[in-house]
Parts: sequence; C-alpha cells; structure tokens
Amino acid sequence: MPITENQSADTVLSIRDLNISLPKGADRALAVEDVSYEVKRGEIMCVVGESGSGKSMAANAVMGLLPKGVNATHGEILFEGQDLLALSEKQHRALRGLKIGMIFQEPMTALNPLMRVGAQIAEVFEAHGQFTPKERQARALELLIEVGIPQPEKAIRAYPFELSGGQRQRVMIAMALALEPILLIADEPTTALDVTTQAQILELIRDLQQRRGMSVMFITHDFGVVAEIANRVCVMRHGKIVELGDVKPVLENPQDAYTQALIAAIPSNAVPPHRETSQVAPLLEIKQLNKIFRSRGGFLKPSREVRALEDVSLTLARGETVGIVGESGSGKSTLGRCVVRLEHPDSGELLLDGVNLSQLKGDALRRERHRVQMIFQDPYASLNPRTKVGMAIAQGPIANGTPKAAALKQAGELLDMVGLGASAVERFPHEFSGGQRQRIGIARALALNPELIVADEAVSALDVSIQAQVLELLEELKQRLSLSLLFITHDLRVAAHICDRIVVMQHGRIVEQGSAEQIFLAPKEAYTQDLLKAIPGREAPVAATA
Amino acid sequence: MSFFARFAQNRGALVGLIILLLIIAMAILAPLLFPESPWRMVQRPFLPPLSQDGFPLGTDTMGRNVASGLMHGAWVSLLIGLVSTSVALLIGVPLGAIAGYYGGIIDDVLMRFTEFFQTIPNFALAIVLVAIMQPSITSIVLAIAIVSWPPVARLVRAEFMSLRNREYVEAARLVGQSNTTIILRQILPNTLSPIIVLASLMVATAILLESALSFLGLGDPNVMSWGYMIGAARTVIRQAWWLSFFPGVAILLTVLALNLVGEGLDDALNPKLSRER
Repeated sequence: MPITENQSADTVLSIRDLNISLPKGADRALAVEDVSYEVKRGEIMCVVGESGSGKSMAANAVMGLLPKGVNATHGEILFEGQDLLALSEKQHRALRGLKIGMIFQEPMTALNPLMRVGAQIAEVFEAHGQFTPKERQARALELLIEVGIPQPEKAIRAYPFELSGGQRQRVMIAMALALEPILLIADEPTTALDVTTQAQILELIRDLQQRRGMSVMFITHDFGVVAEIANRVCVMRHGKIVELGDVKPVLENPQDAYTQALIAAIPSNAVPPHRETSQVAPLLEIKQLNKIFRSRGGFLKPSREVRALEDVSLTLARGETVGIVGESGSGKSTLGRCVVRLEHPDSGELLLDGVNLSQLKGDALRRERHRVQMIFQDPYASLNPRTKVGMAIAQGPIANGTPKAAALKQAGELLDMVGLGASAVERFPHEFSGGQRQRIGIARALALNPELIVADEAVSALDVSIQAQVLELLEELKQRLSLSLLFITHDLRVAAHICDRIVVMQHGRIVEQGSAEQIFLAPKEAYTQDLLKAIPGREAPVAATA
Repeated sequence: MSFFARFAQNRGALVGLIILLLIIAMAILAPLLFPESPWRMVQRPFLPPLSQDGFPLGTDTMGRNVASGLMHGAWVSLLIGLVSTSVALLIGVPLGAIAGYYGGIIDDVLMRFTEFFQTIPNFALAIVLVAIMQPSITSIVLAIAIVSWPPVARLVRAEFMSLRNREYVEAARLVGQSNTTIILRQILPNTLSPIIVLASLMVATAILLESALSFLGLGDPNVMSWGYMIGAARTVIRQAWWLSFFPGVAILLTVLALNLVGEGLDDALNPKLSRER
C-alpha cells in the first residue's frame, strides 16, 4: 500500500501515483514507483534518499528534464491545476524559470565559465522576454544583493571562476529566483560545499523562502540537512516512498526500519566516546613540515605561490587513529600526500619509526614505500578499470618480490577479510558498487602489511549507510591488525566516529589538536567552534538510536 | 567469453572483418586469377566495364586490365597501409608515453623534436624522403611512417598526461611499482581506445598518401597499387569514370573495414563494455 496524503487547497505541487520507467538493462524497471507527495504553499519539503533511490527523478519530471530513455509511464504531476506530464516541450519551457526555479548540485559546472555572472542572470529574463537589457542588469544586481554576495557591484562583472563555491551557489540561487517562481527545486545544493558554507547557504534558502513565501522542494541525502531546514520530509528507497510526514515525528520517532537505519547511520549523534590514549613511543613524527606550491609564471604573468603546509608538526602513536579535519584548501590532503610521499615536502622531517622519509628519492624511496599505504577518496578513480581486482591488490606484493601465485592467493584472503569473498579476485572493478570498491581499496592498502595507513576522505563519496559499514570495517580491522591510521576528512561527524585524536587545520596550519572528546566538547579555538556549529542538524531533535 | 566472441558481438566489427578478409583474399588470389602482369596491355584502351568477357571492370588508358590491377594492387595498398602505420606507432607511442609520463625537461626535448617534424608539410617531406631513397616499397613505407608518427606521439602524450595523476596510478606508485611497470601495465592499456581509432584512420591516410606519391611518379615502378590507378585515371575522369571509381571504392571499403574492426577491437578490449552487453 503506497503512502499517500490528502490534497488540500494550499497545495502548490501534487505528484500522484507517479511511475517513471528506466531503459532496458538498468538495475530495475522503474526509477520511481507509485510515488505520491505534495508540496504545500510556503513549506520546505525534503526528499531524502541514498544514491539510486530515485529521489531526483520526480523533480526532473517536474522540470521536464528526464534523461533520454527515461519516461513517466503512469500518474500525474499537478502544478496550478495543470498536468505537467501532458505539456509539450514548448509549454514546459515557458514554465521553467518563470514558475519553477531550480538549483543544481555542482555550482561550478552549472554556470557558464565564459560568461559574466550578471549576463547569466540577465539571460533568465531574456529567455522569457522580460524587461529591457538595462533593466535586466539592474534586476541582476538587486538579486545579487538579495542573495548576500559580498561586493555585488564587483560580483556582477565577475566570471564564475573568480567566485568561491559558496558564492557561485548564491549566483545559482539568484538565477533560480530571478522570475519569482512559486516553487524552487533544489537538488543537493550544498553537497559540494564545505560545512560552514553549507550552513550559510541553508540559512539563505530558508530565509528567502520565508521572505517570499515560496515553496521549496529540497532533495538531499543528508538527514542533518533535513533536520536543519525541512518542514516535511519524504524518505525514498529503491524508487518507493518508505516514509512521509512532518519533520519532527519522522526524525524523533521514525516508523520505517529503513528510516531508522538511516538516522542511526548518521555519525553525528554520538559524542565521541572517551578513548584511552596510549603513551607508547610515536610511530610517526612530523616536524615542521612545509610545502609550497608554485605555479610556473608565464611570459607576462608572475609566478604564484600557495603555502599548502606551514610548519606542521604532529605525532601519531602505534595503534592510534588521528583525524585531520579541515575545509577545502586547508592543506589536509597535501599533508596526507606528503606522508605517503606522493608529494615532496619542501622542508621538515617525516620520521616513521625513526627513519626520515621526507627527503628520500628514487629507488631508496621505492624500497620504503610499502611501510605507508593509502586509501583513496574516489572509489571509481582509484582502481584501474582494465585490471582485475585480484591483480590490483597483488601488484604491490609482486612489485616487492612476492611470487605472483602467492600474491594472488593473499589477495583472495584479503578480499575475504574485507567481506567481499575470495571469488572477487577474477572480476573487474566496474562490477562492484562504490562501497565494495572502497573495500577493495582497503584490501589493497593492507596487502603490503603497512605500518601506517593514510585514509584520504576514504568514506566521503559514499552513502551514509555504506559509510557506516566501511567505518565499521576500518574500526574492526584496526582492532584486529592493530593498525595506525591517519584519517583525513572534511566531515567532523565521521572524524568523531573513528578518531582517537583530532587535528584541525586551516590555511595550511594546525589550528587545534587534542583528543576527539576534547575537540567536540570543549573546543578552544574560534575556528573549531565555528566548524562544530556548522554541522547540520546538530541542535535538532533526533531519535534516540536503539 | 572468448575474445573473439566478445569481438563478434559488435555487428559492425564482424562486417568490417569480413570485408577485410575479402580484400586479403583478393590480394592472395590475384596471381592465380590473373597470372599475367597487371602492367601488360591486353586490349584496346577505354573498354567500359562488362563490355567484354574477361574484362569485368574494363581497361584503362593504355589497355591494361582494371580487374587485374585492382586485385594485384590490394596487396601493395594493404601492405603499405599496415606496415607504415605499425612503424609510426612504434616511433610515436614510446615517445609520447615517455614525454607524457615524465614531463618536465624530457617532455620539452621530445616535444620540440616532434614539432620539428610537424613544421614541415607532411607531403613535401614524404616526397623528399622517397626521392632521396629511390622509389621502392621500403622507402615509401618508411617515408609515410616518418611523416605520420608525430600525431601519435601527441595523442599518447596527452593521454598519459591526463592519466598519470589518476588515483590508481598513484596507488601503483605507492605500492612501489617501477616507472616502466606503471607505464606498461597501468597507463598504456587505458590509452588503447584512442590509439586504435587513430591507427585505423592512419592506415587510410597511408593508403591515400601512397596514391598521391604514385600520382607524382614516385611509386614503386614494379608494383601496381590503387593509388597509382586513381592517379593515372584522374585526367580522364569524365571520359572513363570506371578507372578511378573501382580503385576508389576499394580504398573506401578498406578504410571503412579497418575502422569497423578498430572499433570492435576497442570494445572487445574494454572489460566494462564486454560484460555489460
């Protein structure tokens, strides 16, 4: 029995019994099945789900932007009494922008890189034949002021690359709001942004929504964001609605098992448990590490310097997990890449068990490589698409002199250990899901029995429930093999979950470091406090996890 | 699934392979079906196709048998196309791979060397080379290879530059694989698709380049080729269309077949596509 709700007078958008079919050969026949929900006047409706849940599909159908081969086969989408599914492309186009605005996930690619910001906003008016060119510019400026861009007179003449991610997303919002739509569709608008920026954008959307009395359909995978912004929420899984209702009851007392699991999977709700910090000799000592990136200057262009790391010092004990937390550009990834020596630090020492790795080169470096391994961020890019999984894991030991047969056998055992089964050896990476690939990446990192593993945003690209599983696996392996981990992440919630100690970085410097508990409960520095405050859904009511 | 079965799943590739096999069969059967030299004048000139028994495609300006020329020419054209492309790949791929992988000064030196070849017009260089070395199949193959490797080097370099910083390459570096292993095992297999596509086009260009050289009288005087036939027929194209039409169709079919086969090979070598179908 599909979950439905009664229609009332103040409904802006009403989706009824919607079925959307996927092309042949997809993993299921229907992208969404029997989906019915409404967006009422002046409310924020959050559609939540993990990747592949079909959460964006209904929104695409509303906008008439369904991809080729994907069609709405049943049901209706009523907007102001009109069935949007019955509209011609031309009628749809007239509606887009004018009555329904949309914001996308990736603010960089959603803007034309070769057009000034003002011209792009003016284009929205032009597309609907409104105002004279001069008025359009004036309107664009008003909009930029409204969305709170600093120095709007300058920003209007800027190209997208001159703006930060958050500012670009504000421009996108300005474009979506240009014609004062009744309904705003926001498809993961904050996923690509840093936490502090995300908090600002959420604030802006809520603010604009209230000021203009718009309705917002907000698509997200993050329950933290839901808690922060939603009036009502619709949880989707495998193309079906599993739960629908006001935000408070859903978050506090979820009825469906899947919703409960999703909410429980958010690492944020747990204040980090107290962990015994061991007082053994440090395994890794980083002393005064510096790294400056220089871009080669051109003919008339001065060279540019970016100080990615400035006098970074920290230690990591054997068997300890240290989290490096920071926003993009904080130098946290550069630090990780220096530790595994994918980057060459300019100065400073990297002592691993007393051996200085920082200045090794060539063959000497290659011989030490096996001691520090890395788990990469992108489960899709970190495996060679043309190499079988077993070989991908075995090539490390082979390069270090293990016979091929023995290395492949060990690869099978490792795959078993990370929960994929030894039969995975013969398969290619594309046959696995993102979470499974990340397990392969972990097995590969373990293959050389490293003393230290650097995990660079290892779970950031994964859905929350998968994220929880991979974190669990890491935790388990850590106990079993007494691994030492350097865990780099932008997500404080994840760091709280797995780290013994946390190091907070900003602009290439260490701002604060301490035990996880200490950082979360009693942050000393203002920046750390800001970061903590920006975590979405931190103060919102959330169900007690069973 | 075997490699051939994967290859055969692509219909076009199968058609291409069949055409290619037919052309090879033509080349092999030529001495049996037309034991006489294709250069011999055997009938009166300008005999249209199907007008007389034994001359299904007519005769050319000098009374030579077009069908015989076409079959004998298949061998030369294929040989020149395939061998010169292989030689060009042998020069271009390693140079491009090294330049793209190592970057820096090595890249600068190799690319300036490549540009040196690119600044000279292809055809002019080929003429000069053949003229110096005396026209023969070997010199033609070599000349064509020398003028056509720079684009290969450029393409491979660009692919290597974009692939060398992929995470899986970094992972390979981290586990201690040597540079040679990384180049051969990690990056090169992933550059195969564009190389195959380019190579199949290069075979076509080589056949055309040979025909242009023959047209200028720089072909191997001992062998009949499609290029020579078209070149010789150009002046009479309005009186005797069949003289340039049939060799032209032969070149078109060969190039098409090679492209289809190249595409099929690419699909068959790509693990992702082969299992999804």
